[in-house]
Amino acid sequence: MTDIPSSTSSSGPSSGRSEELTIRPDVKKRAVKIYTRYERFWHWSQALLIFILAFSGFNLHGTLSLVPFPLAVMVHTYAAILLLVLWLFTTFWNFTTGQWRHYLPQNKGLFAVIKFYAYGIIMGAPHPYSKSLARKQNALQSLAYLTFMVIIGPALWLSGIAYLLYGLWETMQNSQQIFSLVAFVHTAAAFAMITFVVIHVYMTTTGKTVFHYIRTMITGYEKIELTPAEEAYLEEQQPDMLKANE
Amino acid sequence: MTDHAAFRGLGQAFRLASAAVLLTALTSISGPVIGWSKAYASPTATADKPSTEKQITGKKPGETADHSKFEILQQDFKSGPEVTKACLSCHTEAATQVHDSIHWKWEYDNEKTGQKLGKRYVINAFCGNVASNEARCTSCHAGYGWTDMRKDPPAAPEAVDCLVCHADTQYYKKFPAKAGLPITEPMDFNGKPFKVSNLIEAAQSVSLPQRDNCGACHYYGGGGDGVKHGDIDSSLNKPSKDLDVHMAADGGNMACSACHSGSGHVWPGSRYDMEAKPQARDDEGKKLPSFAMRRMNETASCESCHTDAPHQGKTLEAIKLNNHTDTVACQTCHIPEFARGGVATKMLWDWSTAGKLKDGKPFALKDDKGHPSYDSKKGDFIYEENVKPTYSWFNGQFTYVTDNDPVDTSKPVILNALGGSANDETARIWPFKLMHTKQPIDAESKKLVYMHLFGKDSDAFWKSFDWPNAIKAGQEYMGKDYSGKFEFIETRMWWPITHMVAPSDKAVQCEECHSKGGRLEGIEGVYIPGRDDMPLINWLGYGLIILTILGVAIHTIFRIATRKQRQH
Ligand code: HEM
Repeated sequence: MTDIPSSTSSSGPSSGRSEELTIRPDVKKRAVKIYTRYERFWHWSQALLIFILAFSGFNLHGTLSLVPFPLAVMVHTYAAILLLVLWLFTTFWNFTTGQWRHYLPQNKGLFAVIKFYAYGIIMGAPHPYSKSLARKQNALQSLAYLTFMVIIGPALWLSGIAYLLYGLWETMQNSQQIFSLVAFVHTAAAFAMITFVVIHVYMTTTGKTVFHYIRTMITGYEKIELTPAEEAYLEEQQPDMLKANE
Repeated sequence: MTDHAAFRGLGQAFRLASAAVLLTALTSISGPVIGWSKAYASPTATADKPSTEKQITGKKPGETADHSKFEILQQDFKSGPEVTKACLSCHTEAATQVHDSIHWKWEYDNEKTGQKLGKRYVINAFCGNVASNEARCTSCHAGYGWTDMRKDPPAAPEAVDCLVCHADTQYYKKFPAKAGLPITEPMDFNGKPFKVSNLIEAAQSVSLPQRDNCGACHYYGGGGDGVKHGDIDSSLNKPSKDLDVHMAADGGNMACSACHSGSGHVWPGSRYDMEAKPQARDDEGKKLPSFAMRRMNETASCESCHTDAPHQGKTLEAIKLNNHTDTVACQTCHIPEFARGGVATKMLWDWSTAGKLKDGKPFALKDDKGHPSYDSKKGDFIYEENVKPTYSWFNGQFTYVTDNDPVDTSKPVILNALGGSANDETARIWPFKLMHTKQPIDAESKKLVYMHLFGKDSDAFWKSFDWPNAIKAGQEYMGKDYSGKFEFIETRMWWPITHMVAPSDKAVQCEECHSKGGRLEGIEGVYIPGRDDMPLINWLGYGLIILTILGVAIHTIFRIATRKQRQH
C-alpha cells in the first residue's frame, strides 16, 4: 500500500480489513489500467453535464433561482444536447469494444455485497468482491449502473427530447396533457438521477481511502488480482495496461 | 505509483475538467447572448419607410388624383351631406358600400352564438346603451342624422359621412351632440367653444384614412380619450416607437388600415368575432402553405404579416419562442402594459353614486394624478395608466348578456363572457383590460336596463339626475317591461388588448410568466415550467433526496464511529 498519499492515509479506513488479503494464493495484485482514456473522459464529462443539467433543470423548474429563467433554459438545452451526443458515442463505444458485458446483471454475490454495505463495512469486514479484468464491477454496481442506463437515463432523454421537440407535436390532440406528462416524467427521472448521484458519490468514498476510487477514475489504474495467465498475457500482448512492478 | 505521480494525474484531470467546463459554459452562454438579438432581428413583415407624410395603409394610394383640383369640390359647402353628394358624383358605389358596413349599421349578427350585437343593441359597461341617447352617441356614427336606434339609419346616400374618415382632421370634426353633424358656425359644447369645421378645406384634403380619422371616434369610446379600450387613445396619433412599433413615424408609420386592410369600405378586425389563433387556411378551411396567401379581408392579425413562427433565425431561442405561438397570443408578450402613452384609461366606473349635487348643482372631482374621479353625471371612476393586462384563454368568441337575459347577481356579472379554454384548439392566452363597473338592472326581472342619459327632456339623467325616471324612460323608449324597481350590480367586461405593441426588447420577459405568482398565475389547463409545482412528484422527489442524504450521513457516522472503536 505504498501508493496511498500520506495525507489521506490517516483518514482512511483501518488496515484491519485489507483487500490485499488475497483469498487465492496463486493470484497476484498488479496495477492495471482498468478504465481506458475514453471511459474516463466519458465518466467525467457525463458527471459535469449531469451537474449542469441538474442545477439548470431545477432552476427552470422553479426550485432554484441561481440564474434567470431563459439562461437556465439555454444552459439546460445545450448541455442536454452535449449529453445526448456523449451518450450516443458511448453506446457505440460500449458495443464496439465489448465493454457492455460489464453492465450485464449478475445475481451472484449481490446479497453479499448488499450485506457488506449494510453492516460489513461498518464492522470492518473485507469487501466480498474483488475486481477482476473480466468483471470490473460488483453485482450491486452492475445493477445500479444498469438502472442508470436503462431506466433513469432513457426516461430522461426520451422525455427530454419530447420536451425539446414540443414544436413538432404541439398541434396534436391533447398536446397540453401530453406536455404535462412529459414534464412529469422528466422531473421524476431527474429526482431519481439526483438520488443516484448522491449515493454514487458517497460510494466512491468507501474505498481504501476516501479518494481511492476517485483517483482510480482519474488515473485509470487500479490494483487488481491477476491470475498468472492473465498477467502473462497482458505482459506479452498489452504491456501498456500494466504498470511496472514497484 | 508515487505520491507525485498521483498528484500530477489529478492536476492533469483538473486541467481537462476546467477546459471542459469552459467549453460548455462558452457554448451555453454565447448561445443566448447572440441568439436573443438574432431571434428578434428581422421580422418577416417589411414596411418600407414612409416616403410621404401619409401613413402606410393596406393599399398604397396611387396619387393620380388631387382632390383640390376638382371643380365640384370647390363649392361653398353649407353642410356635410352637401359634401357627400359631391363625393358620390364620382365615387358612385361608395354609399352603397358604406351602407353594408358595421360602421353604418352598428349591427353584427354573430352566426356562432346567434346573438344580434353591435352598438345598436348591446348594453355595455360604460355608457350602457345608445338607444334613447342617440344624438350624443351617434356623433360617432359614420353618417348624419341617425336619431332613433329603433329605426335603421337614414337611407339617403348623402347621409353617409365621407369626411369623418377621409378629411384632414384639422378641418373637420363632428359636433358631440348633433347626431353626427359638424358645426359651421361657432357654438359651445359643455360651456366651451367647439371646433368649427371648414367643409371646403375638408373636402379638398381627402385621402385614405389616417390614424386620427379612425381615432376621432375610436380613441374616445366610452365618452373620453382612452376611456374604453386602454390600447387605443390619442397618444397613437404621434406615438413613440416604445409605445407602438407599427404606428410610430420612425417605426412602421402604419395607418389603422395597414392591418385592418379591407376593401369596399368594409374592414376586418371586429371585436365581435375574433380569430384568437389565426390559421393559414383558405375559405374551405384547407391549410395554406403560408399566411401571405390568406385572403385580404380575413381577420387582421399579427400572423397575417409575421406568420406563426415570427421569431427569426435558426437559433435555439427563436425555436423556443416560436414554441409558444400555439398557446400564447403574440399580444400577451409584446404588449407588456396598456395605456402607456400618457392617456389614462377608465378601469372602474360606479354609476350608483352618480347624481350627487353640490348646492343643487352637478360637480366633478379629480384624483391626485389629475384624472377624473367623480362626475355627478356618471358617478365614481378609477383611471389608470401603464396597466398590466389580465390574462385569459380566449377563442375569439364573446357571449354577451343581452337585454333579455336575467343575470345571476350573486357574483359580478360578466357582460361579454370569453369563449375558450386550454383544450380548445382555437384558443390562446390573451391579454385583456378587465373593466369593473356598477350599473343598473331591473331589481325584479334581473335584466339589464336602458339608461336614458342624454336629451333635452326632464327624464334625461344628465338633466334632472333622477335615476327612477331616467331608467323608466329608457325602458319605455325601447318598449321593455319594467318592474319600476332597479338596483345597481357589479359587472365586468373584457376588452382584448392588441394595440400598443412594444419594441421586442420591451416585451414581457420569460420570468414574468415562468415563475410563481407571475402574470399567468391564474391560467389553468396548461403546464408552465417554473410556475407549476407538481405537488406529488415534488414531495416524493425532495423527500427521496433528503432521505438519501440522511441515509448517507448515518452510514458515514457509523463508519467513523466503528473505526474509532476498532482503533482502540
Ligand atoms: C438527455 C438529457 C436531457 C434532455 C434532452 C433534457 C431536456 C430538457 C428540456 C427540453 C427541458 C425543458 C426546458 C424548457 O423549459 O425549455 C428540461 C427540463 C428539465 N430538466 Fe432536462 N434534459 C435532460 C437531462 C436532464 C437531467 C440529467 C436532469 C437532472 C438531473 C434534468 C432535469 C430537468 C428538470 C428538473 C427540468 C424542469 C422540468 C420542469 O419543470 O418542467 N434534465 N429538460
